[in-house]
Amino acid sequence: MEIKVPELSLVVLVGTSGSGKSTFAKKHFKRTEIVSSDECRALVSDDENNQAATGDAFEVLHYIAGKRLKNGLLTVVDATNVQKESRKPLVDLAKAHHCLPVAIVLNLPEQVCLERNKKRPDRDFGPHVIKRQSQQLHKSIRNLKDEGFRHIFILKSEAEIEAVAEIKREKLYNDKKEEKGPFDIIGDVHGCYEELHELLLKLDYKIEEVQPSGNNLGFVVTPPEGRRALFLGDLIDRGPDSPRVLRLVMSMVRSGVALCVPGNHDMKLEKYLNGKQVQLKHGLEFTVQQLEGESDVFKNEVREFLRGLVSHYVLDDGKLVVAHAGLKEEMQGRGSGVVRSFCLYGETTGEIDEFGLPVRLNWAKDYRGNAKVVYGHTPVPEAEWFNKTIDIDTGCVFGGKLTALKYPEEVLVSVKAKKVYAEPSRPINFEAQSTTLSAQQEYDDLLNIADVTGKRIIQTRLRNNITIKEENSIAALEIMSRFAVNPKWLVYLPPTMSPCATSALPEYLEHPAEALTYYQKKGMSKVICEEKHMGSRAVLVLCKDEATAISRFGITNEGIGVCYTRTGRNFFNDPVLEQAFLARVNNALTLCNFWERFQTDWVCLDAELMPWSAKAQSLLKDQYASVGAAAGAALPEVNKALQAALARGIDLGPALEKFQQKEATISKYVQAYQNYCWPVHSLDDYKLAPFHVLATEGQVHVDKSHEWHMIEIAEICKMDPQLMRATPYRIVDFEDEASVQATIQWWTDLTQKGGEGMVVKPYDFLAYSKDELLQPAIKCRGSEYLRIIYGPEYDMHQHLKRLKNRGLNGKQSLAMREFALSIEALERFVRKEPLRRTHESVFAILALESEEVDPRL
Amino acid sequence: MLLNITTTHKPATDLGYLMHKHPDKFQSFELSVGEAHVFYPEVSEDKATLSLLLDIDPIEMVRGGRHDNNFALGHYVNDRPYVASSFMSVALAKAFSSAMNGKCKDKPELVEVKLPYEVSISVVPAPRGGEVMIRKFFEPLGYEVDLMRHELDPKFPEWGESKYYTLKLKNVIKTRDLLSHLYVLLPTLDSDKHYFVNKEEIDKLLQKGEGWLKQHPERELIIKRYLLNFNYLAKQAIERISEGETEEVIEELETNEVKEKKESMHEKRLNLTLEKLVASGAERVLDLGCGEGRLLRKLIKNKQFTEIVGMDVSYGELLKAKERLYYDDMSPKQQERIKLFQGSLTYKDARLEGFDAAAVVEVIEHLDLNRLRAFERVLFECAQPKTVVLTTPNKEYNVMWEQLPAEEMRHNDHRFEWTRQEFMDWAQSITEKYQYTVVFLPVGEEVENIGAPSQMAIFTYGN
Repeated sequence: MEIKVPELSLVVLVGTSGSGKSTFAKKHFKRTEIVSSDECRALVSDDENNQAATGDAFEVLHYIAGKRLKNGLLTVVDATNVQKESRKPLVDLAKAHHCLPVAIVLNLPEQVCLERNKKRPDRDFGPHVIKRQSQQLHKSIRNLKDEGFRHIFILKSEAEIEAVAEIKREKLYNDKKEEKGPFDIIGDVHGCYEELHELLLKLDYKIEEVQPSGNNLGFVVTPPEGRRALFLGDLIDRGPDSPRVLRLVMSMVRSGVALCVPGNHDMKLEKYLNGKQVQLKHGLEFTVQQLEGESDVFKNEVREFLRGLVSHYVLDDGKLVVAHAGLKEEMQGRGSGVVRSFCLYGETTGEIDEFGLPVRLNWAKDYRGNAKVVYGHTPVPEAEWFNKTIDIDTGCVFGGKLTALKYPEEVLVSVKAKKVYAEPSRPINFEAQSTTLSAQQEYDDLLNIADVTGKRIIQTRLRNNITIKEENSIAALEIMSRFAVNPKWLVYLPPTMSPCATSALPEYLEHPAEALTYYQKKGMSKVICEEKHMGSRAVLVLCKDEATAISRFGITNEGIGVCYTRTGRNFFNDPVLEQAFLARVNNALTLCNFWERFQTDWVCLDAELMPWSAKAQSLLKDQYASVGAAAGAALPEVNKALQAALARGIDLGPALEKFQQKEATISKYVQAYQNYCWPVHSLDDYKLAPFHVLATEGQVHVDKSHEWHMIEIAEICKMDPQLMRATPYRIVDFEDEASVQATIQWWTDLTQKGGEGMVVKPYDFLAYSKDELLQPAIKCRGSEYLRIIYGPEYDMHQHLKRLKNRGLNGKQSLAMREFALSIEALERFVRKEPLRRTHESVFAILALESEEVDPRL
Repeated sequence: MLLNITTTHKPATDLGYLMHKHPDKFQSFELSVGEAHVFYPEVSEDKATLSLLLDIDPIEMVRGGRHDNNFALGHYVNDRPYVASSFMSVALAKAFSSAMNGKCKDKPELVEVKLPYEVSISVVPAPRGGEVMIRKFFEPLGYEVDLMRHELDPKFPEWGESKYYTLKLKNVIKTRDLLSHLYVLLPTLDSDKHYFVNKEEIDKLLQKGEGWLKQHPERELIIKRYLLNFNYLAKQAIERISEGETEEVIEELETNEVKEKKESMHEKRLNLTLEKLVASGAERVLDLGCGEGRLLRKLIKNKQFTEIVGMDVSYGELLKAKERLYYDDMSPKQQERIKLFQGSLTYKDARLEGFDAAAVVEVIEHLDLNRLRAFERVLFECAQPKTVVLTTPNKEYNVMWEQLPAEEMRHNDHRFEWTRQEFMDWAQSITEKYQYTVVFLPVGEEVENIGAPSQMAIFTYGN
């Protein structure tokens, strides 16, 4: 005998003690799929036969089963389940999770069970127990269907039980995860044949009208290469030619060119065709009229077609869900009456509004699922993404337009309605206002604290899951809420960067050899070395104009952009100065036709903004200059005293030399920080050195080489050489030893002149060695610069020796995680995901920054 | 890092006997993170100078997690090796323990003799209060004080002066006293200690301060600074030092405190807030931006409030609040009544829903204006307490503070301050958007045409 159960179901075993349920379960199901009452008894009381623990045990059992079903896992309940009262909570549980309850009854002769129990010393209850269970079981069998079990299997003998070779798991009809598209998803047609025809042509479908025969009902449709159409239901009613729409769509579905899910109107027609009593209202009256001229054969075809429609589909590995009225996450890929009715009608409160329509709840507002949901049902003036969902019913039949969403491209294609075929009960405002915020932007005004605090696990494209510890979220919340710029601007935070491995040369802590070797050993053939400017990290999010700030970022009255630091704070304390600065950069972008060339209205630039003293004023004064001042005042006095003692003929040992050396290093140290300071009186005194064109509309530019970034940026910098500075760089070819040597020399010259050092990056923005993502950049700092990091005397032999003992693993791991998160934030923003998704990534970077890592690295 | 002690006592060579240090030797002592050296740059019958030189190893200092919270300056580049700090005191005690204890083996008669001393220290970090404070500490002990302040960076004169001074002291004094003074006072000029401050510190302080600290007019400040502003330690120390006069001094301290309390604007604000919360009939209340929990401590005393929640964005402040409420020692019933958690007023938060009232005392001015819209929705749209008692400074009143320069705000973290009209306009807009009604109250003494120092709005839900 073969038993078939739905892939996701709650399998309830029914049978008396000793009927062999546990053995049966173990034979046919995975160990983790089975929840047994005996085991639960043991869990809560250390004794699996302790009947006093039954109440607690079943609480645990129901809890576990509930969690499994929530997570979409088939679950088997191994308990006697011979009483209706014990089965009811299980049926309810299955219903609550929108999956089907299945009963497998092991109905063995009482004698067999009694015999078996006798052999088991732990089952010391008397024969009357089995007898009673047996009676209850017999009473139960005929009622199982009424209790709500959708599949019932009854096995009457040991032989029958033995004969079950396999329990087959059947996919639900809605599971089309293997279908990856590309799709053209089409909203509510409502009998608008002409518009549908035009839309399909616009989407490059070829439509041929033929004599109906076999599969086709009058049309042969050829889609563009590899594409499929996907109809969201409500094909009919209200519009001028519902039968023809049905002919076209049915032909397409039958020939495999299209998929279709049902709408509420379609289902009402099915009822009508089945001869059930329905009110001829809401446009059905027209459809019925239009069908009058059609043959019974056709009407039958229609009825069959409608009957076969599946409530919703889960497509493309679970990344896409289509349903007429949308679908909540917990219902996706499940099958129950509740799911079907949600797919058809959406969520309603049961109330009726002033237009006589049911009051709908906006399920999309709370949508948090991973799948994108494309739906229709409620006419809207414009299709807009909202929390990863999009309603593409743009009210064609009401004089709006018929819209298709190309997936995965996410491009919207529409044709305008030829006329107003019907008046909506609830007026639709087709005059879309571009100056107001979209629903998503309005919603995004409020972030939810539950999305950022506590322990969090974030999935990133580049590096899978990244875990953020609770204590780090705690630290980030304060910084983010007290100091960061408007979160809508905050689409990126720069990742930290690891220094190169410690130099093998005795007099260096860092040297280019190790930085280059890292990439060479990982199999890179070339790398790029960029001069490291010593200023403060600055991220610029800049719009072409203020209108873009509203339309793309949902930000009003904050100018054309923002310039923020590596922790998300405003770079400039004076907003007027900031806007003037941004206007200069904006002007440079305009002059080099940046907006047109990139087809964008905004850009995110990663940059260094100099001088260091402009932003780090207090750090410089309170720490760096202070140390210089203290040492500069004390050391000459010390050496004076030592000299005097020496003059007296005292043997000072190495002390004098040591303190003279200290005095010398202090002046080098002061000079080192002075290199990065100059007074700022006006904008012209700032120097901006961008090094990444991170993102523009529709694109995160991580698919380009760093050379591309350098060239693009040099173009922009040419437009305002007073303010902007292109970064000097060199490409190093590992095949060419001369280019390696020349780069080392370049670094040496650069750092001797007081430069901070250089950053070595793989030639391509994203570089892999086999499957391993490589460090996006490695810094190699100059010896004098390191003096302000490691202390004035760091290069004295005895110090350097100790300092060389430094571990980079923590820093490198941090750099990788932050890099993955930073790109993730940009990707999410560029893909127009809800703000919380971008914010989550940015917040995580800030949280990681509070991890303890040696700040000198 | 360098302390020079010079005497012109005749014969000046006595200095060697007094300090137990041979004038022709260069001697070194181990310190926890380096060494101290003692030597004489100058020795003659007329004048002798002894140098105590600190040789701190800056790298050793930051290794092994020495930079815990009690060592806030544990940056990797810091002034520790170059200043006279608690390291100097440790070195003094180590190098000159006999002298400090009033012992002189070879010439015991010198111990009780007051000698002309000149001390030069390179360099001392001046605490807040700068030069004045240094003088206040040394002058009452008879020192002539000479201070030379050093520039931060001569290349950038616009950066101004540094906090470092070369300090010169002159006095005719017993050697033992000189060393004790230096031992106690040098670390008080610094805001940092390189070792953990505990009760033993009190013993050391009292021992070294014997005979002079009790009479010092700045003794409280000296004690507080020596004990690094650890108030509870300072209080114990003050109690111990003032044995016999305990009653009086402690009382004085308390009355001062009470006075301060009476005058505290913040206290007034909190009391008014409490009054309004009580009047609203609220039982379940939120204190949003509770800080260290001053309002919470008032709320918990009133049995009308059955559920009290304090929220703050700063985890550190919450820990303080918890400590001040003695939360961990509360009975389970009491703990049920009060809850503290971290949260932010710019994030929607389900934990804030369903309360009768919320207090938002001097909080909104710490939010950037562009975040105010999020705050409004979080509080008035989502949390929606029946009553909101909210206060913010009245900008008009700022003219009453003479020290406050025009156009400056009261606190450096204030993102904005509102006039009464601006506050009213904002509050009115709330009532229009979120179905609240509002009444306004001044907080503190009102001045004609200017208003009170702070302003309050009480919002009530429903029309």
